Amino acid sequence: MKTVITSSGKTTDSDFDKRFGRADFFCVFDNETNETSFIENIHKDSSNAAGTKAAEVMVELGVSKVISGDFGPKAKTMLEKFDIQMVIIQGDGVKINDLIKKLS
Amino acid sequence: MPRQRRLRKIVAPPKFQGYKPYGNNDYSTGSIDLLYEEYEAIKLADYDMMKHIDAAKLMGVSRATFARIYESARQKIAKAFVETKEIIAVYGNAEFDKNWYVCNNCNSRFTIPSTINEQKCPFVSCSSDNIELINK
Ligand SMILES: [Zn+2]
Repeated sequence: MKTVITSSGKTTDSDFDKRFGRADFFCVFDNETNETSFIENIHKDSSNAAGTKAAEVMVELGVSKVISGDFGPKAKTMLEKFDIQMVIIQGDGVKINDLIKKLS
Repeated sequence: MPRQRRLRKIVAPPKFQGYKPYGNNDYSTGSIDLLYEEYEAIKLADYDMMKHIDAAKLMGVSRATFARIYESARQKIAKAFVETKEIIAVYGNAEFDKNWYVCNNCNSRFTIPSTINEQKCPFVSCSSDNIELINK
């Protein structure tokens, strides 16, 4: 099962990014293989619908769960429709590593 | 299966998206996220001057849960004042939200899609079944 964690960088030492649509990177963690990969969020600077585009990326990646700091209304609707679980944490000073540990 | 307590929302969501300090010499020193229920706890206890036990009942949470939310709200506001931080209201569009849960163990908030059968916290290390539906 794949989980996406919004990340400010492309390593597991990076800080958790509280933004969903405008996150710098998406960390994809597969709890079956224990593998992580990082995908750059190419839509983060788009003037509108960054959240919707990010939600589309989640659907394409086939993730079951997304962990972020907040989700906009459009992203919520889309993720809900595709049965992707949304998880919101406050996550100040939290590293990607910390969250991966909590998932495995 | 634990009893599902509803966090009843009896007040309107905050009418602001945030508060900014002004007149401070420093540049902005970051921000604090104030959760919707924290705003509600402050409103009920310090604006409506309700007794905590009554406020807890109105929100549909235990006295202990109310105390935790209220304490967190006060600490955040104090920190924002003293450290001249902005306050950002999180879940400003709360009235659109349905079916969000809060984990009383680790404080995460989450949805449970119909494809998931178990009603528990999504973090494996937590896995608490002490969760509440936040009916916003
Ligand atoms: Zn938990």
